[in-house]
Order: sequence, then structure tokens, then C-alpha cells
Amino acid sequence: MRQQIKVFLPRIFIYLLLIFVSLPIVIAYLWLFSSSISRELTFGVLPRSFTLDNWRFLWSEIKIGTKVFENIWPVTFNSILLAGSITVAEVIISLLAGFALSRMNFFGKDYIMKTAIILHAFPGVALLIALFYVLNFIGLLDKIIGVVMVKVALELPMATWMIKGFFDEFPWDIEWAAYIDGCTRFQAWYRIILPQIKPGIAAVAIFAFLAGWSEFIYSYTFLFSSENYTLAVFLKNLIGDFRFLDYGLLAATGLFYLIPVIVFFLISQKSLMKMTFGGMKG
Amino acid sequence: MQEQGLVVDKKKAKKNITENYRSFLTALPFIGPFLLLIILFYFTPVILTLIMSLTGMDFTLEWKFSGLENYIKLFHDQNVELVIINTIKYVVFTLVINVGFGFLLAIATGYFIKDENVGLLFQTIWMLPRMTPAVIYALLWLWFLDPTEVGMLNILSGKLFVLPPQNWILNHPMGVVIIANGMIGASLGMVVFSAAIKSIPIDYFQAASVDGASDWDIIRHVIIPFLKWPIMFMTIWQTLSLITSYEYILLLTDGGPLNKSEVWSLFSYHKAFSNYEFGYGAAISVVLVIIAIIIALIMLKLFGYEAMMNRGKIKV
Repeated sequence: MRQQIKVFLPRIFIYLLLIFVSLPIVIAYLWLFSSSISRELTFGVLPRSFTLDNWRFLWSEIKIGTKVFENIWPVTFNSILLAGSITVAEVIISLLAGFALSRMNFFGKDYIMKTAIILHAFPGVALLIALFYVLNFIGLLDKIIGVVMVKVALELPMATWMIKGFFDEFPWDIEWAAYIDGCTRFQAWYRIILPQIKPGIAAVAIFAFLAGWSEFIYSYTFLFSSENYTLAVFLKNLIGDFRFLDYGLLAATGLFYLIPVIVFFLISQKSLMKMTFGGMKG
Repeated sequence: MQEQGLVVDKKKAKKNITENYRSFLTALPFIGPFLLLIILFYFTPVILTLIMSLTGMDFTLEWKFSGLENYIKLFHDQNVELVIINTIKYVVFTLVINVGFGFLLAIATGYFIKDENVGLLFQTIWMLPRMTPAVIYALLWLWFLDPTEVGMLNILSGKLFVLPPQNWILNHPMGVVIIANGMIGASLGMVVFSAAIKSIPIDYFQAASVDGASDWDIIRHVIIPFLKWPIMFMTIWQTLSLITSYEYILLLTDGGPLNKSEVWSLFSYHKAFSNYEFGYGAAISVVLVIIAIIIALIMLKLFGYEAMMNRGKIKV
């Protein structure tokens, strides 16, 4: 009996502790949801009445004094465009480079692989000032495509290494058979191998999309025309003006921005934990 | 004889060069786009940052070379001392939360909770802030710490301790920045460490419990020795991330009030994009870049290639 108490007491204590430390996170997201659909809250998080007024940004413009905010739909379109282009470019380029690094022997390969590792650890934000100059020089400042290129470049080392791992596991025999049947390297890559490593492509694509969708600092620094705003920049500006006036509006806008992330999260929660951190040894 | 050998070597060398060239050309369609982007947005900026730091470049983006003036200015800048102290505080305390609290979460969810689904539920809750776009995460904190009675922390402190509303961000900017960043970093530690705990052979736990070891003994003599390398890796990795990233600080306090939460990387950002002193900002970045390169090289030396690629695939 005593032995059992000795075992169970710490366990119960651990449970209570975990619930206690996790509660703020749960409360914060609960607040985001309830204040987006309610005008007043009880205890700070429980809705008292239902209203859709906080979602008015979806169908009408938001005004504060004489200042009128941009319509949300073009902004949303920009975010989709940004995240979508980043995904497509990152996946294609890393698929090409990963194939070369995994399957080909060429001069400088070892050097490129080493560099990719150092770059993976090397922070791109430290180069923000010079990137500003580069974008200005090639005429891509204040253009979404400029942010896309910067973001893809910074994410490439990691994506390429991930993809390389998937290529490494693909059996040589099948690839050889393709060459014997007269395939070129490009055809073997495109027709034979790519269809086989779809799970890897999906993984890289999802990460690229989420990274692009959440991207803030580059859009905030490199895009200044309001017609190029993304949801992150839009929300940041909204917070600046409405913080002490209308949390309902901010919560609703935040939730709107969060929807794709939540959907992805619910679908892939279990595999996400295993996929991202698989293959780790102590 | 010797001369002949030399001629052969030369021929061989020549052949090698053309072969190298040819092998590179066949790989070029595949590796080319990768190289182009890396050169354009990694190598060029590193070199440009170095050159820019020797100029008095402003918003006109003209190269006005001024030698080491920026570095001398940096040496005499009155804010620098405060910024360095802030940076050290920020990195050290956030690291303690990231690694220490991450370790506790991993032990709790990966060792104490035997039901895998419950453990996963808690881990998922802790992954939420990481998946959330930075702007929304910042919004949640701004509401939590709102200076009026609308803010959650003020509701709590008012109801529990009958305290008047406080302006938390104004009074404790560094604390806010550290806790907000720590909550995100802890989840990475949690997932990495709990995966490492799962990879410990089950025999060790069984052997320990046959010998009558308590949970505390198991943590001390089985889990911690096994987690030595992951813990070290996370510490260095997070140091690198913390020193160089400033997104959440920019969104939460913007370095204020009165530079009280300004850290080195954000200092460089502000000089460039708020004051338009691009040259000076670049000089501040150069210091950062040098430190980052040193840390990256240390990591490579300690952990080698493979380990670095297999761990920490999500950026902090």
C-alpha cells in the first residue's frame, strides 16, 4: 500500500504540474476564439453573447478616425501568393539539388554539402541590411517575388538536406534499369524517382508553405506599398492601431490568419511529431 | 625517368581538370538554381555587409567610404553597454528556460506519463505557439499583459491578490521578452529530449526498476547520462538562434521602453531601418556574423555533419 502511494503520488503531482503550466497556452487560444465571436467576456475568456461584428473585416472596410485599412482579400491573396511561390520554388530547387548531391559525383560536391550545413546553422536575419541592398540592386525591392527569393534561399540548405535523405534511400537498381531503358538523368529524376518519394516531397512542401505563410520580418522590411502587404504585416499594423480599442477585431483577424495553420495541425499532428524529429539518437 | 614522371603527372592533372569541369557541367542543371540563390542571397550579403560596415551609407544607398569610423563610433556609443548586458541576460535566461524547462516537459510527457496519447496531447499543446505565426503569438501576449483590467494577468492578479492593474511590459520588458521566447524554445527542447528518451533501450529502465531504483534515481543515472549530447546540442543551437533572431522582441516591445529590452541583433535592425544608418547597422551586424560563424564552426567540430542534420529540423 505504502509502496503504491510512493509510486502514484509523484505521478499525480506531475500531472497537476503539467496541467498548471499548460493552462496559459490553452487559455490564450481559447481567448482568441471566444473574443472573436463575442462582444463581452466573462473571466476574460468565456463569451457572454454572440456577435459576428468582429468579423466585419471580411465584408466591409475597417476605419479608425479618417484612416481606412486595406481590404482583407487582396492581402490574403498576397499571403497565398507568397507562401505558394515559396513552396513551389523551394520544392523544385531542393528536388533538383538534392538529386545531384545524392546521386551524382561532381567536382565541388563535398564542398557544397559542407557549406549547406554551415548555412543551415547560419542565421539569414543577420544579413537583412545587405539583403535590402541586393534586392534594391536587382530591382526586386517592394516586390513579392523578391521576398520569395530571399526566403527560398534561406530555407534551401535545410530543405535540400531533407530531400537528399529521401533520394539516398531510393534503390540504385531501379534507377539503373531506367538508364538501360534509355532514360536521361533528367527523365529518370522526373519519371522514375519523383513519384516514389512523394511523402518526402509532401513533407518539404508543408514546411515550406507554413514558413512562407507565417513569414513576417522580410515582408515587413522589404515590402512597403500597401498593395503588397501580407496578412502578417496587415495584422501587425492593425495591432498598432486597435490594441486598446478593439481586441475582438484583432482576435477575429488573427484567427482568420491562423486557420490554415490549425487545419494543417489537426490533420498531421501525430505524424508531425514523428516526421520532424525522427531519426534522432541519444 | 624523373622528367617522364613529371610529364605524366602534368597530363594527369590536365585530364583531371577537364574531368572535373565535365562532371560539374553534367550536374549543373540540377545544382545550378541552388548555387545561384545561395550565392546571391548568402555569400554576396556576407561580403556586402563587410564592405558596407566601412561606409557611411544612408537611405540614399550610396557608398561613402569612411574606413573604420563605424567601429570607432560603436566603441563610443553610449547604448552599447546596455545592449550587451541585455543580450547576455536575454540569451542566458532564455536558454535556461529553453533547455531546463524543455527537459522537464520531456521527462513529464515522455517518461512519467505512460499513456502515449496523453503525452502527445500535452506535447501538441506546447507545439502550438511554435506553429503560430509570430504576429498572432505576439498578439496573444499583448492581450495577456494588457495594462488595463482587460488583460489576463491583471484579471488574475486582481482576483487572486486584489492588486491594481499593472503595466507589465513597461515595468518588466526583459522578463516579458525572455518568458515569451522561452515558451517557444521549450517546445523544441521538449520534442528533441523526449525523442531521445524514447530511444533509450527499455532494458535499462527494467534493470533499474528490478534493482529498486526510484524515479529520481532513473532520471539521474539513466536518462541524464543518455541525454548529455542532445542537451549540449540544444544549448549551442539555441544560443546561436537567440543571439541572431529578434522577431518576437520587435513585435512585443520593439526594444523599448528606453532601450531596456534592446538586444544586439535588434540594435543593428533599428540602426538600419529606423535611423537609416545602413553602414553603422552593417558594422553592428559584422560583429554578430563573426560570433555566429564561430558558434557554427564549434557546432560542426563537436557534432559533425550527420548529427547536425538529424536534429532540430524546426528553426527557432
